[in-house]
Amino acid sequence: MRKNFSTLVSLLLLAWVGATLLPSGNQGSFDLSGVGRLPVLADGRLKPLDTIARTSLLMIQGRQRVEAPSGVTVEPVAWLLDVFYRPSLADSYPIFRIDHPDVLSIFGLGTGDGTIGVRFSFVQLQSKLSELDRQADLAVGVDATVRTPFQRAVVELRDHVAYYARLKYTVEPAGNDDLLSDLGDPARLAADQSALDAMRDFSLLRVIPPARSDGRPDQWRSVGRALLEPEAAGPETTASLSRVRSYAALGAAWRDGDSAAFNDQVKAYAADLTANLGAVARKSAWEAYFNKVDPFTSSMALYVLAFLLAAGSWLRWPEGLGRCALRAMEFGFVLATAGILVRMWLEERPPVTNLYSSALFIGWGSVGLCLLLERLNRNAVASAAGGMIGFSTLIIAHHLALSGDTMEMMRAVLDSNFWLSTHVVTVTTGYAATFLAGFLAIIYILRGVLTRSLDPRTAESLARMVYGIVCFATFFSFVGTVLGGIWADQSWGRFWGWDPKENGALIIVLWNAVILHCRWGGIIRQRGLMAMAVFGNIVTSWSWFGTNMLGIGLHSYGFTSAAFYGLITFVASQLLLIALVLVPRERWRSRAAATP
Amino acid sequence: MTDLGKGLVRFFNSLRLTVALLILSILLIFAATLDQVHLGVWGVQEKYFRSFLVFARIRGSDLSLPIFPGGYLLAAFLLPNLLVAHFCRFRLSWRKSGIWLTHIGLILLLVGQGLSGLLQRDNQIRMDIGQTRRYSESFREAELAVIDVTRADFDQVVAIPVSKLDGKQSIQNPLLPFQIRPVAYYPNALLRARSQMPSPLPTLATAGVGPELAVEPAPVTYRTDESNFPTAYVEVVTTEGSLGTYLVSSMIVEPQEVTYQGRTFHLILRAERDYFPFALTLTKFTHDIYPGTEIPKDFASTIQLKSDDGRDDREIRIFMNNPLRYGGRAFYQAGYANNDRTTVLQVVRNPSWLVPYVSCALIALGLMIEFGIHLIGFFRRRGKAPSSP
Repeated sequence: MRKNFSTLVSLLLLAWVGATLLPSGNQGSFDLSGVGRLPVLADGRLKPLDTIARTSLLMIQGRQRVEAPSGVTVEPVAWLLDVFYRPSLADSYPIFRIDHPDVLSIFGLGTGDGTIGVRFSFVQLQSKLSELDRQADLAVGVDATVRTPFQRAVVELRDHVAYYARLKYTVEPAGNDDLLSDLGDPARLAADQSALDAMRDFSLLRVIPPARSDGRPDQWRSVGRALLEPEAAGPETTASLSRVRSYAALGAAWRDGDSAAFNDQVKAYAADLTANLGAVARKSAWEAYFNKVDPFTSSMALYVLAFLLAAGSWLRWPEGLGRCALRAMEFGFVLATAGILVRMWLEERPPVTNLYSSALFIGWGSVGLCLLLERLNRNAVASAAGGMIGFSTLIIAHHLALSGDTMEMMRAVLDSNFWLSTHVVTVTTGYAATFLAGFLAIIYILRGVLTRSLDPRTAESLARMVYGIVCFATFFSFVGTVLGGIWADQSWGRFWGWDPKENGALIIVLWNAVILHCRWGGIIRQRGLMAMAVFGNIVTSWSWFGTNMLGIGLHSYGFTSAAFYGLITFVASQLLLIALVLVPRERWRSRAAATP
Repeated sequence: MTDLGKGLVRFFNSLRLTVALLILSILLIFAATLDQVHLGVWGVQEKYFRSFLVFARIRGSDLSLPIFPGGYLLAAFLLPNLLVAHFCRFRLSWRKSGIWLTHIGLILLLVGQGLSGLLQRDNQIRMDIGQTRRYSESFREAELAVIDVTRADFDQVVAIPVSKLDGKQSIQNPLLPFQIRPVAYYPNALLRARSQMPSPLPTLATAGVGPELAVEPAPVTYRTDESNFPTAYVEVVTTEGSLGTYLVSSMIVEPQEVTYQGRTFHLILRAERDYFPFALTLTKFTHDIYPGTEIPKDFASTIQLKSDDGRDDREIRIFMNNPLRYGGRAFYQAGYANNDRTTVLQVVRNPSWLVPYVSCALIALGLMIEFGIHLIGFFRRRGKAPSSP
C-alpha cells in the first residue's frame, strides 16, 4: 500500500499537469480565443492581442483578472474588445488601481467609491484629469530618484491613463462607432480626418500587417496610417484596406452581440493571415496558448507542494513522502523548462534577457541542481531547498511582470545573442548556485535549532552539499563575470569599469572565495560554513536587485521602491538566521548535529 | 634569515591574511558602488581604487583622515601574500596544479589591471558625415598647442600637456623662438566677460583676449555628464623681454595670435590629441530603432580607412559590439549627435589589453581542475562506500 501511494500521487500529479495543458475553450458563444490569437505589433514586437490585453491589465490594475461594470469576471481579451469597440462601456470598468489617499482626493474620491477600495473607472477620473496632469507635470520636474510616494503615484497614474487613451483609439476614431460604413464613403471618412491623424500619431498598436510574410516588422501599420497614407494602388493597399475592414466588421458584430457574424470574421481573418503570414500567425497563436496555460503558475504550485512534502518527510515516513516531494519538484521543473523554452523560441533569444527572465532562470537553475543533489543524497533536503527557491523566484518573477510585457526588445548594446547566451547565462547560473548554497544552509539552521530531526549524518551530508555548491558557484560566477568583462572590452573598450552590476558580480566571486579559503584554512567548521553561506544570500540579492536600485550605470533598468522594501526585509530575515547559528550549541534542539 | 624577515614571511604566508584582504576588498567595492551615486564612476575610481588610502572629510572642516585601505594598498598586500604562500606552502604537484594555475592567473590579472591603469588611453572622435579625421581627442586631458602657422603649406605644432602649466618651470622647445612661462593654473574654471560682472577679480593677462575676461575657479568634477575647463595664464618670454601674458582655456575656442621675428603662432588650449598614421572618413551613419518605439536597435558608422603608407584603403563598418582594431588602437561605436549626422567613436589605446584574456583563461582552467579533482574524489568515495540508502 505504502509503495503504491507514491505511484498514485505521481499519477495524480501527472493528470493535473496534463489538465493544465488543455485550457478551457470559449466561455460564451464568441470566439474570444480566436481573437486573442491575432498578431499585432507593439513595442517593436509582434504579439497576439491576448498578450496586449493581459499586459495592459497587469500594468494598469496590477492583475490580469478583470471585472466588467456589472461585476462579472470577463476574459482579458473581452475587455480589450470593449476598449476598442465600446469605449464608453470600457470607461466604466473599474481598472485603475489607486492606492495613495492623496491621489484619490485629487478626484474627490474615497476608498468607499472604488471596487475593493482600490480600483476605479475612467468615468470616475474623467472630470479631474486636467488636475492630474498638472500634478504630474509638477512631479516630473523632480528627479525620479527623490520623488515622494505621492509624486510617483501621480506620474504613474497619468502614464496609465495616457496608455489607456492610446489603446482606446486603435481601430476606430474617437466619437465614431460606424467605421464599417464610413470605409465605403470617402466623404464621411474625410470628416474623421483629425481623429484619424491622432490615431496615426499616437496609436500604441500597429494592427495592420503587410500584404505578405516577406514584410518586415516595420511594415506593420496603424489603422490611422493605413487609411491616411495608402501607398500607390496595388496589392499592398488592397490587402491593408481589406484588413481594416475586417477589424471594423469585427467591431460591428461585437457591438451588436452577433456572435455568428463575429466568429465568421475571426475565422476569415485568421485564414487570411495563415495564408499570407503563416509563420507570424503560428507564433502568435502559440503565445496566446502559452498565456492561457501559464506553466509558471502551475510550477509554482508544484514547488510549494514539493517543499511541504519534503518538510513533512523529515517528521514521518521519510521514504514515501520524500519520493512524492521529488516527483512534485520534477513535474514543476519540467513545466518551468517547457515555459522557458517556449519563451526562448518566441523571442528568439537566450533564456535571460531582463530581470524577469533572470528570476525564472535562477529558479530553474537552482531546482535543476537540487534534482541532481537529491539523486546523490535521498534525504529530501534538496527537494525542500528546490521547492523553496523555485517558489520564491517565481513569486519574484510574478511581481516583476507587473511592469508590462516581459518579452521586451533589447537595446542596441545588449542586442547580441552570443554574449547574452554566454555571459548572462553563466553569471545567472552563479547567482542560482550561490542562492542554493544559502537555502541549504537555512534548512540546516532551522532543522538544527528548532527541530530534533538534524542527525549527524544529515548534517554531514548538508555540509558536503553546501561546500560542493559553493565550489560550483565560485566557478560559474567567476567565469560569468570574466565573460562580462570580455563583452565590455569588445563593445566599449574596457575590460573592467567598476559599473555597479560588475561590482556586484565581483563581490559574489570574492565572497565565495572567502568561504572556500576559510574552509580550507580550518577557520570555519560546519556552523561557520552555514552562516557564511546564508550571508551569500544577502550578497547575491544585493547584486541582483540592489545594484539596480542605485539607478546608475550601464546595467540599470529602472526600478520601483516596492522592491527596495522587499530587499530590506529579505536581508533582515537572513541576518536573523545568521544570528540563529550563533545560538550556543547546548540550546540547539538537535544536539547531536552540532559539532563545532 | 633575520627575525624580521621570518616575521614578514610568516605574516604574508597566512591564510587569515588572505581572508582579511578579501573581506576588505569586498567592503571597499561595496562602499565604492554606493558612493557612485554622488561621485560618478571616475571619481570613485580615483578615490577608492587608484589610491593607497581612502580619505573621508570630517564634517564641518577641511580636514581629511584616512579611514580605509585603498585599492593599491590591498593589491600591494595581496600580491606578496599570494607569492609567499606559493613559495612556502605549496609544492608543485598535479594535485595542486589547479590552485597554481588559478593563483598565477590572479597575479597576472592584478598586474594586468595595474598596467591598464597606467597605459590605457581613452580618447574619442566626433565626426560629421563627409569629414576626415587623423587624430582622436582625450576625454579629460588637455594640452596647450603652440602652432607655427607662418608657412601656408603646413603647420608645426608644439603640444604642452597642461600638467606642465601647473609648475614653476618655464617651458622651452627648440622649435619655438620663445619660452612659455606658467603664471597661474586652474584645473577647472569658468570664464565671463568682465564688462558683465559687477566687481570682477583682477586679471593677470596683458595680451590676447584675456584682459576682457574674468576667471572664476570651480571645483574639479568627475561626473560623466560634466566637463572640466582647464584654464591658465602663461607669459610668452623672449630674450628681448616679454610678449605679454595670455589667458588660455578650453573655453576659448578661437586661437590667439602671437607674432615674433616675422613668424606667426597660434596659442590654443584644447583636448589632448593622439595623431594616427592613417585617416578616417565617415561616409555613412545609420541609427535604427525598433518600429513603433524609441528603443535603439543598432547604430553603425561606415568609414573609409586610408593609411599613410598607402597599403590600406578600404571601407569598414563599426557598430555596437563590433569595434575596429587597427594601428594599436580600438575604435568603438559610442554614440551619435546632431540628428544622426555626427558619429561619436571611442578610441582606446591599451597595449596590455590581452593580459586579462590570458589570465582569466588560466584561472578558469585552474578552477575547473581544482573542483574537478574534488568531484572525482567525491564520486570515488561514493563508489567505495557500502550501498547508499
